[in-house]
Amino acid sequence: MTHRDPREEMLDHLPALRAFALSLTRNGATADDMVQDTVVKAWTNMEKFKVGTNMRAWLFTILRNTYYSSRRKLNREVADPEGTMVASLSVKPDHDGHMNLTDFKKAFETLPDEQREALILVGASGHTYEEAADICGVAIGTIKSRANRGRARLTELLQLDGDSPLEMTDNATMAVVAGGGGVLR
Amino acid sequence: MTENDAHNGEDRIAALIDQNLRRVYSDLVQEDLPDRFKDLLAVLKAQDKEETDRR
Repeated sequence: MTHRDPREEMLDHLPALRAFALSLTRNGATADDMVQDTVVKAWTNMEKFKVGTNMRAWLFTILRNTYYSSRRKLNREVADPEGTMVASLSVKPDHDGHMNLTDFKKAFETLPDEQREALILVGASGHTYEEAADICGVAIGTIKSRANRGRARLTELLQLDGDSPLEMTDNATMAVVAGGGGVLR
Repeated sequence: MTENDAHNGEDRIAALIDQNLRRVYSDLVQEDLPDRFKDLLAVLKAQDKEETDRR
């Protein structure tokens, strides 16, 4: 089996890398700087990449390390493991009980970095818990617990319960999912 | 509410959250890549070529 030049392959992963950076930094300019740093580091360290392994995971790891080390350097590490900053956040369901995607994003952005990255890796970008643990350099159980805490916090912020409509909508036109999944009130 | 119902409710909420995470993330992935990255890759390629030619 022949492999493409990894330097060529890198371009394919940039949209995902940038999406990860945006979720992590919550800031377009910072995210793009992180992606740029990551590309340069990956390019100049390409001999360290094992051809045939998951390049996306490798790039995510570099980006993540770049992000956390610059955060430390800037000495603006926000110690907020419980996400207490969100106290001022007000996210209420629409009057019809639907949750707006914009509200979801707002709530998501208030989660601590570790929970956001765990959720993006396993919930959104389809990495396995094992891959996510590798990327973050922690145990699988740690990733699971961060993702679970993130989901629990979102559930709380968005006031979700078992009866919440399955679809969150950007408008109120979505029909209410009938049946409610058999959850008793 | 039985324990089982509570569990179903949790699964449902987790599915709902993950579904929305995928939407948020896929919106981000679909954003146009800024030109600076294509330019950057071109510069890196050119530098490599210079290195190779010099040897």
